[in-house]
Amino acid sequence: MELTLWTYEGPPHVGAMRIASSMKDIHYVLHAPQGDTYADLLFTMIERRGQRPPVTYTTFQARDLGGDTAELVKKNIKEAVERFKPKTLLVGESCTAELIQDQPGALAKGMGFDMPIVNLELPAYSKKENWGASETFYQLTRTLLKEKVSSSEKISPLRWKELSRRPKVNILGPSLLGFRCRDDVIEIQRILSEQGIDTNVVAPLGASPDDIERLIDAEINICLYPEIAEASCEWLKRNFGMEYTNTIPIGIKNTIEFINEVHKKLDLPFTNKEELENKSKLPWYSKSVDSNYLTGKRVFIFGDGTHAIAAAKIAKEELGFEVVGLGTYSREMARQVRATAKDLNVEALITNNYLEVEDAMKKAAPELVLGTQMERHSAKRLGIPCSVISTPMHVQDVPARYSPQMGWEGANVIFDDWVHPLMMGLEEHLIDMFKHDFEFVDGHQSHLGHTATNTNNILNSDEKKGKNSKVGIIWTESGRAELTKVPFFVRGKVKTNTEKYAILRGIPEISDETLYDAKAYFS
Amino acid sequence: MSKVEFNKETGPREVFCGLTSIVWLHRRMPDAFFLVVGSRTCAHLIQSAAGVMIFAEPRFGTAILEEKDLAGLADAHEELDRVVNDLIARRPEIKTLFLVGSCPSEVIKLDLATVAEKLNKRFLGQVRFVNYSGSGIETTFTQGEDGALKALIPLMESSNEEKLLLVGTLANNVEDRFKKIFKNLGISNIESFPPRQSTELPKIGKNTKVLLTQPYLSDTVRDLKHRGCEIISAPFPLGIEGSTEWFLAAAKAFKINELKVHEIISPLINRAKLALESHKEILKGKRLFLLPESQLEISLARFLHNECEMDLVEVGTPYLNKDLMKEEINLLPDNTKIVEGQHIEKQLDRVRESNPDLVVCGMGLANPLEAEGISTKWSIEMVFSPIHGIDQAADLAGLFSKPLRRNQILTTKTLVTH
Repeated sequence: MELTLWTYEGPPHVGAMRIASSMKDIHYVLHAPQGDTYADLLFTMIERRGQRPPVTYTTFQARDLGGDTAELVKKNIKEAVERFKPKTLLVGESCTAELIQDQPGALAKGMGFDMPIVNLELPAYSKKENWGASETFYQLTRTLLKEKVSSSEKISPLRWKELSRRPKVNILGPSLLGFRCRDDVIEIQRILSEQGIDTNVVAPLGASPDDIERLIDAEINICLYPEIAEASCEWLKRNFGMEYTNTIPIGIKNTIEFINEVHKKLDLPFTNKEELENKSKLPWYSKSVDSNYLTGKRVFIFGDGTHAIAAAKIAKEELGFEVVGLGTYSREMARQVRATAKDLNVEALITNNYLEVEDAMKKAAPELVLGTQMERHSAKRLGIPCSVISTPMHVQDVPARYSPQMGWEGANVIFDDWVHPLMMGLEEHLIDMFKHDFEFVDGHQSHLGHTATNTNNILNSDEKKGKNSKVGIIWTESGRAELTKVPFFVRGKVKTNTEKYAILRGIPEISDETLYDAKAYFS
Repeated sequence: MSKVEFNKETGPREVFCGLTSIVWLHRRMPDAFFLVVGSRTCAHLIQSAAGVMIFAEPRFGTAILEEKDLAGLADAHEELDRVVNDLIARRPEIKTLFLVGSCPSEVIKLDLATVAEKLNKRFLGQVRFVNYSGSGIETTFTQGEDGALKALIPLMESSNEEKLLLVGTLANNVEDRFKKIFKNLGISNIESFPPRQSTELPKIGKNTKVLLTQPYLSDTVRDLKHRGCEIISAPFPLGIEGSTEWFLAAAKAFKINELKVHEIISPLINRAKLALESHKEILKGKRLFLLPESQLEISLARFLHNECEMDLVEVGTPYLNKDLMKEEINLLPDNTKIVEGQHIEKQLDRVRESNPDLVVCGMGLANPLEAEGISTKWSIEMVFSPIHGIDQAADLAGLFSKPLRRNQILTTKTLVTH
């Protein structure tokens, strides 16, 4: 049993709903008690969908448990098929139905329908949302294509040459409630098209079961979101020989690397490499003199595996930040995130507990947080600027404007989204510096609320608990005064470092001089 | 009883489960913690309905059952013990801990009552433990509050003191208004259940006169009756009419002259009628379809028809306690179509066929209906907004007039383009 106040991911059947809702001509019959229908609002409210998710919930009640719940399942399946006439039916159960073992998938298969039926077994007590989405997409792909396995020869990535046409690829992984998937797909299709590569199918987002059956018309697969699509890509590779890409085109370097990988796989000559450097404004903006102040900015990163790893690379190599924390809630991606963290000389944080993330954030004393909506709230409480880079998301992460994360425009969006909050941070600093000037109007409030400019906040919070400092060291008047002059976003770090130094040197009282001694020592 | 048309429907339902009521219960009692014993689905449901991220650390959480807990029951009890110990160590300010059963905990027959009993002995004098079920297989949305209150009744001491007990969660400001009005009427001993502090439970007995503020408390009413309380029969204090009848019923129970009631509340009524006018202008003649969810639907229908002159197409309700709703049903216009239960697909067919001006529904359905050109109001807003009483009648009407007014603004051409 695990105490959870908030969870980054929903249960696995919500992942299945993400696949079903992303697609056309699919219906999902979910054996679930009443209440589980809450999941609809994730799609209709966060994504502002104008259609209900294509899901029929059996909504069994306690009184049904004494009777025949299997009959109830069959009745719902029958009604759903008659009403929605899906081309493929998904059948599964949520956590409670898993316990009563009605086997809805097997029941559906015995009802004599001639459409393909996918029996989803998603263990609710051990797996989570992204796993559920991945497994559903995989089971669906497998069900719709398994008959073609034996009859098909392995697909060569060079087949397009024999067929005398442009190469074709599938873009796999984008789904509803994924981070900026809608716009990423447009961006990637545009980039591929410029290189003379056609998109065969985008799935699951916007695809129908017929499209899934057409996947094998492409030469290779673009695995855009491994959390959702890797299992399917791997199956297609094993059974049809279809190669798939590993590079995630987020950031300039990775986008170029991605285009390079696609060309290599397809054996397509790569002719416009130099031109690509100028496709996005990010490299120049980052180089421009104004960005000097970005150098070494301390950034803390937490999100899903794909976006966290990409963010770390951009932060370090393309914006010149210092990554002071990196983590993910996706256990499936823990290995990759750990490897990236090791390269950056930080310890990876792998957890589903947002309080641990908040603690780590506090300790790292970053100047910018890149995270999920939860980290945005934590950062707000700590008075640190934040930009959202990953799910779980909020209605504001589905903006009206075109704002991908991938490709050239994605890099532009990232530059603006990450740098603007930092500029606000600089403005905070100015407010803090000049607030005693007579020209300064009192009403000029900090956009971070009162946490940021609340001088001496850090010392005060300890004092309230009746102690000067956790380590029993006394801050003198001059030490305190000097600490308030330190910009708020590094004040916590300076305080910790000074105390660390004081302990090291056996100094019982911290004065302004101790502060400067410590500064020199740690620099 | 007016000639109301009763229908029953069964099928797939689109409603919240009783766990959702934790969202307002925990705010009402800031010294209580609600620990759901359930699955990741339960945790995800509550956080999706409650916007949990704004809290540094919410006063509710879920002990998520894992595969190993399902293997043997003894394990699950020990695990729950461990989780509770950790929780109390972390949150020493908690005075009452509600162990809330869920669908999976009910199906595996996890005995939360026994767990609560054991914990009560161990934490005697520090934390009190009560248990109830908010599971979707037994409860709908607001019924969770019914379970939580019922669970507290055994902790309430007996007293034969005469008092008025307001039962059902109210917004604090509304509660204060009610108490002031009752005091002006001459009823001085007034208490609320649930109280603002979980440890300050009212004492009850044969001279306790219970006045319900919410229509979803069937089990609580039954247990209060068993404890000797007198239940005052009245409609619910939504709108001017409902609130007036509600005050009158209370006054009658305390043998206070009706004229005195009118004398005190008529200035409020006049003021409220004035405030209601602008909303009525928009709502008048508009056709209303209420889907079942909050259990407030019948009272809302009565208010929106009788005071705002809306036409009622269909009034859905998750379940119907005819006894508790008797006074409300009496006030409904003849031929009102009440539908108890739900078959969501068939009901949405009827929505489309009848093409109403406004549909009251859950959040999952609102945007899809808006996309079809039908204005909507989320029912969850009724349980988070202060809507009770005469003073709030215009605000209550405003919740329904706003979507219609917005629709009007967006569809009317006001700027001439050359």
